[in-house]
Amino acid sequence: MTVLRVSDLCKSYGGVQAVCNVSFSLDAGEILALIGPNGAGKTTCFNLLNGQIAADSGSAEFEGRSLIGMQPREIWRLGVGRTFQITATFGSMSVRENVQTALLNFHGKLTSIVTLAGRLYVDEAMALLERVGIAAQAERPCGVLAYGDLKRVELAIALANHPHLLLMDEPTAGMAPTERVALMQLTAELARASSIAVLFTEHDMDVVFAHADRILVLNHGTLIAEGKPAEVRANRQVQEVYLGSGSVYGAAHGAEHA
Amino acid sequence: MSFSAIFVQLLNGLASASSLFLVAAGLSLIFGVTRIVNFAHGSLYMLGTYTAYSLVQWFGGGIPGFWSGVLLSGVIVGLFGALVERLLLRRLYHAPELLQLLATFALVLIISDFTLWAWGPEDLLGPRAPGLAGAISIAGRRFPEYDLFLILLGPLVLGLLWLLLTRTRWGTLVRAATEDREMAGALGVNQAWLFTSVFALGSFLAGLGGAIQIPREPAVLTMDLSILSDVFVVVVVGGMGSIPGAFLAAVIIGVLKAMCIGIGNVHAFGIDFSFSKLTLVVEFIVMAVVLVIRPWGLFGRSQGAPRAASTEPPLNLPSPALQKLLLAGLIMLALLPLASDRYTLVLMTDILVFALFAVSLHFIMGPAGMHSFGHAAYFGLGAYAAALLFKHVLPMELALALAPFAAGLGALLFGWFCVRLSGVYLAMLTLAFAQIAWSVVYQWDSFTGGSNGMVGVWPAQWLASKTTFYYLALVLCAGGTMVLWRILYSPFGYGLRAGRDSPLRADAIGIDVRRQQWLGFALAGTFAGLAGAVYAFSKGSISPDALSIPRSVDGLVMVLMGGIQTLTGAVAGAAVFTWLQDSISRQTEFWRALLGGIILFLVLVFPQGIAGFIRERWEARSGRSEA
Repeated sequence: MTVLRVSDLCKSYGGVQAVCNVSFSLDAGEILALIGPNGAGKTTCFNLLNGQIAADSGSAEFEGRSLIGMQPREIWRLGVGRTFQITATFGSMSVRENVQTALLNFHGKLTSIVTLAGRLYVDEAMALLERVGIAAQAERPCGVLAYGDLKRVELAIALANHPHLLLMDEPTAGMAPTERVALMQLTAELARASSIAVLFTEHDMDVVFAHADRILVLNHGTLIAEGKPAEVRANRQVQEVYLGSGSVYGAAHGAEHA
Repeated sequence: MSFSAIFVQLLNGLASASSLFLVAAGLSLIFGVTRIVNFAHGSLYMLGTYTAYSLVQWFGGGIPGFWSGVLLSGVIVGLFGALVERLLLRRLYHAPELLQLLATFALVLIISDFTLWAWGPEDLLGPRAPGLAGAISIAGRRFPEYDLFLILLGPLVLGLLWLLLTRTRWGTLVRAATEDREMAGALGVNQAWLFTSVFALGSFLAGLGGAIQIPREPAVLTMDLSILSDVFVVVVVGGMGSIPGAFLAAVIIGVLKAMCIGIGNVHAFGIDFSFSKLTLVVEFIVMAVVLVIRPWGLFGRSQGAPRAASTEPPLNLPSPALQKLLLAGLIMLALLPLASDRYTLVLMTDILVFALFAVSLHFIMGPAGMHSFGHAAYFGLGAYAAALLFKHVLPMELALALAPFAAGLGALLFGWFCVRLSGVYLAMLTLAFAQIAWSVVYQWDSFTGGSNGMVGVWPAQWLASKTTFYYLALVLCAGGTMVLWRILYSPFGYGLRAGRDSPLRADAIGIDVRRQQWLGFALAGTFAGLAGAVYAFSKGSISPDALSIPRSVDGLVMVLMGGIQTLTGAVAGAAVFTWLQDSISRQTEFWRALLGGIILFLVLVFPQGIAGFIRERWEARSGRSEA
């Protein structure tokens, strides 16, 4: 079943075509990586989908509904979860409260002023923390957590609205190599278990080739390749783009994972 | 009104715009580099005027005496500013930003009393400017030569500043630090020296702006706060940190004000409309409009978020020990009338009222992250609503019950605009709305009693004794405080904190941050209104002071003195501040300076606030603080 269908998406800044005629689709439970060198338009493409910037033309449909012109919070309502390149959590709250806040809004409780928020949806929050493996840290304030754990908190928050689509912008940026693999492993398991579609951007080719079902390659705002990891790896144009920038260190290495 | 009259008013406006620009440019420079909203800037301006008055007298009348006196006062004020930066503000750069604001406000109090002590309470009018004492004929009207000189001075200073900022190494550093202070620091710019010099230049401009006023306007003791609000508006309309923006804004506001005076009463379409009454608010209306259309002022740019995300402390439910302590406090308050005189009861009623006022301000400043410089607007709206309802239609009990909702409606209206902004711009817009509300109340003689206010606002018979009224205040104010605190632990409170901690994340989990803030703002306004209504009946009268800028600042001082990071801080701050104000003002004529000194002392010794300090000690002793 197709969850996300993007066609001819365009965005330019001044004279620069940041994203030009990008089209792709994403099925439930599928993990799709969006890669490309710096400045290729990955982040722009991402922000077009999550509502942070408005597209010049083209369409993006989530389960048949157009996302164009929607606010991020409206897109969330439809069932889209997000994680950020630099973690964004609520620093004055504990890990559990972070997830509870997302749950409170999911259950439409944020204007309630009578109940004690800390006592609502505790079990649901703990179950989510259990799923991402940080239930033991539930009572610690987010401000003191290690970065890798914060990434997991973000994942738990993003899962609170039972999303059908997860948008993850550089999910493993800033993490230690072993943590990266573990986090993407976890994401892949969650996605397959609940048939959540995942779209992620990533610089670490180990992560990309180990976990993506399909890969999109962007360069100068246009899609230059699309396909299964093996196909993309064999693609001449992709090799040129990456060898040109000297950043393929995972080509041979990635084969072992695949 | 004839064309020539309009033309002359235009020139008048341009002449006053020059002085306004000088002062505003100084404030803008200081803010751009140090990120300090310098409340004492108006005081520096006032010092410039008074110093110039004395120097010019001392040097004798002639041309050299006058002009060297004016220039020298600018220099003296500049040196004073540098001294303040080195001795005081330097110690606070690592403290929370708002604490620096508190320190500059303490300076306002000290300088104000110093001026009173040194020059006395009489208005002082300086001599005419030698060499420019005459008038020339413009469009058939006499126009002072000195004002023409002022008109030219503004663009001249703008040009000089532009050269300084674009053609010198120092100017490049200032612009770099204004754009990105952390990056400038990382590139090895000597910040200590840069900050001191910027403070000196900014203070010099403020002093000079004050000094050139002596032939035009008398030196009066209230000029520090009156110019301050004008200058805030100019800087915000122009865009914080932008010198050309400040110039343009000064011209717009100077001219509009002069025009409002010049046009006077207009009779059109069967309605009499007094433009001169608009003079007090026209600048704030301009500011509100500009900020709604261009949230960062005409030439300003959005301030980048600080790189190091500051982490707010967790908000935990009060520990059993603290709960017991609060309960014990409440019991003591309830028993107080048994063991105290009338005077103490009146003071305690005041403390209760201001505690609720401060708690409601803390509600939006702390957990919601919206810094309001105009919270007295809602206190005053509540007080006036109570007085008006009581005078016109309702029994006291009903007036008291309904008044908070009037304040809440006001907050709902003003808040709708305010939550569209953030940071210092939001603060300034709240200030603007408070000033607009004040000016309406101050000038609407037939309805609000104008500057005299309203008298005879007494509680009902059964509440008339000081003791019963104290209990009423205790129930309403302590109750209101509890309700506000409780709301912070509710889902609504979590939504507010989510919006403050990370707007990006809050948006991504579907929270409408603006709506949450808007409702929070209205809620805080309602409770400030409750405090105001209780206050009106406790005093039996009400005056425009209730919603003036100093009252708003009092609230800020209470919250910051107590410590913004703790819930109980606002209560502690309100109690200490109200008690200090009361006891010091009975001891000495110069109580403001003493209060300022105490605030400075507290700021330097307890940068976390009183309650924050106590909590730190407590946690250190019980070893509960997390490393």
